[in-house]
Amino acid sequence: MGHSNSAATAMTDTESMISLRNLRVSYGEREILHGIGFDVMRGETLVILGGSGSGKSTLLRTLVGLERPSSGEIWLKGKNIAAISSGEMDEIRKKIGMSFQGGALFGSMTVGENVALPLREHTKLEESTIEIILRLKLDQVGLSGYENYMPSQLSGGMKKRAAVARALAMDPEILFFDEPSAGLDPIIAAGVDQLILELKQAFHMTIIVVTHELASAFLIADRMVLIDKGNVVAIGTTEAMRSSTHPRVRQFLDRIAEPAVSEELDYLQMLTEEHRHPGR
Amino acid sequence: MQIAARHLDKTTIFDISGDIDLATSPQLRKALLRELRELKMPRVVLNLGAVRYIDSSGVASLVEGLKASRDVGSRLILFGLNKTVREVLQLSKLVRIFEIYENEAQSVAP
Repeated sequence: MGHSNSAATAMTDTESMISLRNLRVSYGEREILHGIGFDVMRGETLVILGGSGSGKSTLLRTLVGLERPSSGEIWLKGKNIAAISSGEMDEIRKKIGMSFQGGALFGSMTVGENVALPLREHTKLEESTIEIILRLKLDQVGLSGYENYMPSQLSGGMKKRAAVARALAMDPEILFFDEPSAGLDPIIAAGVDQLILELKQAFHMTIIVVTHELASAFLIADRMVLIDKGNVVAIGTTEAMRSSTHPRVRQFLDRIAEPAVSEELDYLQMLTEEHRHPGR
Repeated sequence: MQIAARHLDKTTIFDISGDIDLATSPQLRKALLRELRELKMPRVVLNLGAVRYIDSSGVASLVEGLKASRDVGSRLILFGLNKTVREVLQLSKLVRIFEIYENEAQSVAP
């Protein structure tokens, strides 16, 4: 229910919500992202696809400010968040919601307390106001009446919904999902996909989803970006991706196993590379 | 957000402008609860014609006002909702719960 959501009139807008420019991220001396660049448009659902170790989760963590890029720019709400202070980043974070893999609810708190947590931590709202907001949010994710349950009493899909309710608590303009279907059976996973579609339709939210689940990706995405070995391989609409002839896109979408010989040189290099200690 | 109060016979009209959000909704809540709980005004009318945006905390504050009005037997009336504000109330399933009119004349009619 952010400003952007309410103001949007079409499915997607032409205004860029996030712009990445030549983004590089390293862990120690090892560079994970090698100059990523693309735009996320206001009101669209962008799915970041990639295999294990592709760098897609690092990209997500960088977008929400959990990792600092070694170089490059991330423009969000008119600010380059790659170069702002932690105080400014805290302000930006209030306008983004994040649903982590596995839900990440606090097990010792009720569902209601989990949803209310961002409001209690970051606002000076009265408790009575917070109680109403958390019930509104639980209703939006189909969990009306569950505020006094403990997370352990919920199914996997319900936990995921509760985590989404918490991500919605502060009325974010952008919602991030990290592997929303991970660990869920196909029927429950379809329910989470449906929730993402409903949020987009109802609130015209900008949604960024990291996943490797192709069925889910094609269902919820307006556009997709395929990340491989820390680079953008392809970006485009679901139709464009489906009809792409790019070998790496085809390999990923058609689930073709990695040819054993294709990375012989990389493998040889890995085995024989001189060991380097981070920081030396 | 700005709030200005006008008083008619047994009615308080709040002319509200700007954004009702996390930073400003406590001010609206306080004004509403004072009028309804403390002063027990029989009718409180919110002119939302100049409100550009309302977030969940604003919606929750309106709900608190509505609850207070029901508790004391008063009426809380909204009018002048733009498309954005109406949409937010619709999504919160509150459009039919609030008493909503198009204009001030309808809102203050006997």
